[in-house]
Amino acid sequence: MLTIDRATYDAIVAHARADHPDEACGVVAGAAGSDQPTRFIPMVNAERSPTFYRFDSAEQLKIWREMDDRDEVPVVIYHSHTATEAYPSRTDISFASEPDAHYVLVSTADPQTESFRSFRIADGVVTEEKVQVLP
Amino acid sequence: MAIEVRIPTILRTYTGGAKSVEATGDTLDQLFTALDAQHPGVRGRLVTEEGALHRFVNVYVNDEDVRFTGALETKLSDGDSVTILPAVAGGS
Repeated sequence: MLTIDRATYDAIVAHARADHPDEACGVVAGAAGSDQPTRFIPMVNAERSPTFYRFDSAEQLKIWREMDDRDEVPVVIYHSHTATEAYPSRTDISFASEPDAHYVLVSTADPQTESFRSFRIADGVVTEEKVQVLP
Repeated sequence: MAIEVRIPTILRTYTGGAKSVEATGDTLDQLFTALDAQHPGVRGRLVTEEGALHRFVNVYVNDEDVRFTGALETKLSDGDSVTILPAVAGGS
């Protein structure tokens, strides 16, 4: 299960809405071993594309170093799908390389209601998990 | 000459859990070959069968993404630091 606070949940959705129709992406860092996402870090989609995303490699190095220095890990790795459902695509699965991360997908296909779902992706196997939003 | 190589979580199974290892080489290609001699299998996660850098990883030499500095032919000097990160990407 992913447990996430309301402010971080809303920030992820707002980022996805703001970048629509391009895919938005980022991470939420948290203390190593805590499984608690606490530090919201929106990132640049280097592809600036409605169907693909990639972390900018220089920005990623900077943020991964910063997390290392603070003894944090990427607890949540999120991105949006802008025309399809919030479910990992084949490309998402082939790139997924953090078996301990919660892969969050937000679909902005519907302008009124967003879909926010969380998955574990390990060895090519996708497992959906419950999302608990804390007030 | 010794080059420090920082290993991402996903590849630490090859290095006995070590976050950082040392290897030698005049180019990144040689470094990865030397690394594979110490940690068999790791090169296959970084380099494709065709001999190109894998699209699933980002490799940096002293903060520079090697895709912009000659990829596997990037020259190395004593004291350089190499960082490997998983590329984070996907699509709908």
